[in-house]
Amino acid sequence: MTEFEMKMKAAQKAVGLGKLSRRDFMQFAMASGMTLSAASMLFASAARAEPKQGGVFKAAVGHGQTTDSLDPATWSNGFTFAWGKSVMGAPLVQINQKNEVVPHVAESFEPADGATKWVIKLRKGITFHNGKTLTADDVVATINYHIGPDSKSPAKGVLSGVKSVKADGPDTVVFELNGGNADFPYLLSDYHLAMYPSEGGKIQWDKGIGAGPYVLKSLEPGVKLVAERNPNYFGKTWFDGIEVLSIIDVAARTNAYLSGEVHFIDRADLKTIDMLKNAPDTELYNVSGFAHYTAPMHCDTAPFDKVEVRQALKWAINRQDLVDKVLYGYGSPGNDNPLSPAIKYAIQAEPVYSYDPEKAKSLLKKAGMENLKVDLSASDAAFPGGVDAAVLMADHAKAAGIEINVVREPNDGYWDNVWLKKPWSLCYWGGRPTADAFLSISLAADAAWNDTRWKNPRFNELLVAARAETDEAKRQAMYAECQQLVHDDGGQVVLMFNNYVGALSTKIGHDAYNSDFDHDGGFMYERWWMA
Amino acid sequence: MHPVLRTVLQRLGLGVLTLFVVSVVIFASLEMLPGGFAEAILGQGATPETVAAFNREIGLDRPATVRYVEWIGNIFRGDFGYSYAGLGGSIKRSVTDLIAPRLYNTFFLAIMTAIVAVPLSLILGILAALYRNSWYDRIVNSVTLTTIATPEFFIAYLLMFFFAIRNKWFYSLSTVSDTTDFIEHIYRAALPAITLMLVIVAHMMRMTRAALINLLASPYMEMAQLKGVPRREAIIKHALPNAWAPIATVIAFNLAYLVVGVVVVEVVYVYPGIGQLMVDSVSSRDMPVVQACALIFAATYIFLNLLADIISIVTNPRLLHPK
Repeated sequence: MTEFEMKMKAAQKAVGLGKLSRRDFMQFAMASGMTLSAASMLFASAARAEPKQGGVFKAAVGHGQTTDSLDPATWSNGFTFAWGKSVMGAPLVQINQKNEVVPHVAESFEPADGATKWVIKLRKGITFHNGKTLTADDVVATINYHIGPDSKSPAKGVLSGVKSVKADGPDTVVFELNGGNADFPYLLSDYHLAMYPSEGGKIQWDKGIGAGPYVLKSLEPGVKLVAERNPNYFGKTWFDGIEVLSIIDVAARTNAYLSGEVHFIDRADLKTIDMLKNAPDTELYNVSGFAHYTAPMHCDTAPFDKVEVRQALKWAINRQDLVDKVLYGYGSPGNDNPLSPAIKYAIQAEPVYSYDPEKAKSLLKKAGMENLKVDLSASDAAFPGGVDAAVLMADHAKAAGIEINVVREPNDGYWDNVWLKKPWSLCYWGGRPTADAFLSISLAADAAWNDTRWKNPRFNELLVAARAETDEAKRQAMYAECQQLVHDDGGQVVLMFNNYVGALSTKIGHDAYNSDFDHDGGFMYERWWMA
Repeated sequence: MHPVLRTVLQRLGLGVLTLFVVSVVIFASLEMLPGGFAEAILGQGATPETVAAFNREIGLDRPATVRYVEWIGNIFRGDFGYSYAGLGGSIKRSVTDLIAPRLYNTFFLAIMTAIVAVPLSLILGILAALYRNSWYDRIVNSVTLTTIATPEFFIAYLLMFFFAIRNKWFYSLSTVSDTTDFIEHIYRAALPAITLMLVIVAHMMRMTRAALINLLASPYMEMAQLKGVPRREAIIKHALPNAWAPIATVIAFNLAYLVVGVVVVEVVYVYPGIGQLMVDSVSSRDMPVVQACALIFAATYIFLNLLADIISIVTNPRLLHPK
């Protein structure tokens, strides 16, 4: 670094801390040969670079219903999912920007007995919003609420490997697992698993009292959430308060942003994104995440029971075209590996599926299935633009002599009546933080969500073995083989990875983003600040 | 028995019957829809196990007839029950608490719109009849027909674009809550009210005009003209009293629309009215809330139609004093 660069860096730092005025900074920058506009931009970015306290953050999200409830077992949409992560609740662990698991309510986590036992030490002195001190009993009660026999929580599936959870003194919790799992702490980052105060082994979620960065002030389900900073929060947070609006209509959401009523909107309308991008003081929130759109085929149903047919369909779809037309370029084509490259152990399986109708034809010929006709159940409930994607797929497949009959299914009840039930349908996956978590819930033979009904013995054997394997190199090789099997033999057509696209006012400062979920991984309320 | 009283009693009796039929139809349709509350809430997260636990918790594992009888029994005791959402916790959300603020917002918007729209359309309609086929008549007709023919969400977007984004005179969001004071509520609800006004004025204006013009051709109007009554006075004194019945019917129809049919405008302006609540509850199969909304909507129609009938009787001496 040259002397000038060092001075410039120091000056930027001073701006961030508010110690150097705009005028002084500009004089310094311009004296060293920068243009006015460059210096001005540099000042603005430097001023936003250092977090500081204050301000009320207003966000509008494209989810939320009048039936939303404070019950953590019912959280499932973009309005509720962050409550347990960075609003009222605090989980045992957090996922950081590098997709690593870091302790949060927990102070440390240690495996024992080949990762079949995990000892979690709790941070001392954490209090809930009502002043009660968080103890190991609260943690046990919280976990039991989700894994108990009467649980309706989606986290039940995530924690299905937990045999028991016990308190060992006030600050230690011990998890016993059915089998070894080296990634277990990742599972505890699930957004349902926010810690709640308990009484007699039962948690009290009714009032929204948690240990998180914000204290709930008012909640109108389907409309608005208002919360204030928790002065006793054990972590770090910057805003004095937050207001989250639920605005389902994308045009209304865009208008709310353009008229300055909110600082951030999620799920921007990609059709008009170029205009939104150029709005004053606007930064595009564009993060490529773990989420992806898929077209699962039932591997036990004809004609998808033939691997050649599955592969032919994989070659007969022009994924780049789907990304361009359905996602307007805000995404990347899939390669029938559901793991995003950002996930540890993810590989780029070869050969990369590209659009090759000739290859598809020859595969079908090999299987004796020329002039294949298949139904594809599609709906916009699976993912926005689902029907369009299906129609495009039908068009691509024509060149390979495959006739895809697009069956338009009703949006209402799609997940109950179509997904998992029709032999070929469309689906959406939010992704999970680890290779094991995702493969176990969506591709393991006995998984409830095994939407391809794919039962590959080698894959299932590797999956269990890799889970308990603590040798990094061996584990890496096992997961690589798993992914290769999914890619070659599986019934999952991973069409594309969709980016999270929103609009963010330059009044808000932020660090690098999380990519596991939208809204900075659900941490925007906690991590962002008013610049 | 006095004809007004008779009509009122007759209508109320029929109204109760209608409400009962409505409740059966709504309940049956919800039962027939695929999926249930648990599946709707858990979405992709619904496994057979979690769905069963959820259904057990909210009592949905019992047969439909038992649930219906229990529900209607409670209604007769004035208890609308609890929303399925949050039923598992110790703080239940009663349907009344859920609906009351929404209903208030809806009525607020409806009344605010009606206060402006009804007199406005009457005046425009009377003037249009008075100056029939003039330039004024044509302009009023074409403008109101244009606004009624334009989808309401499009009008809403246009208004929002010009009056909330280009010129920041109004809010683009109409989110109000119980802490919003009265003046701000009016200000926040202004754009939705204008949108709705543009939608309903045409219908009422055209009906007023048509009813009056119809009467202008009748012999007694000719008589009035022959005896030298000025045209303006003839319309207001002689024609209008006879035109109230059809006008009242149309006004009642439009007021009912303001209460039950404005969900699109609510969504666009993010106004927390009852329409949005009902749509949400239908998609999540929250039966008690859907039923309560449906009953309110049906009752609104019955009440407003009754009112329109009373007005037609009261303004018609032949019906008011039958031989």
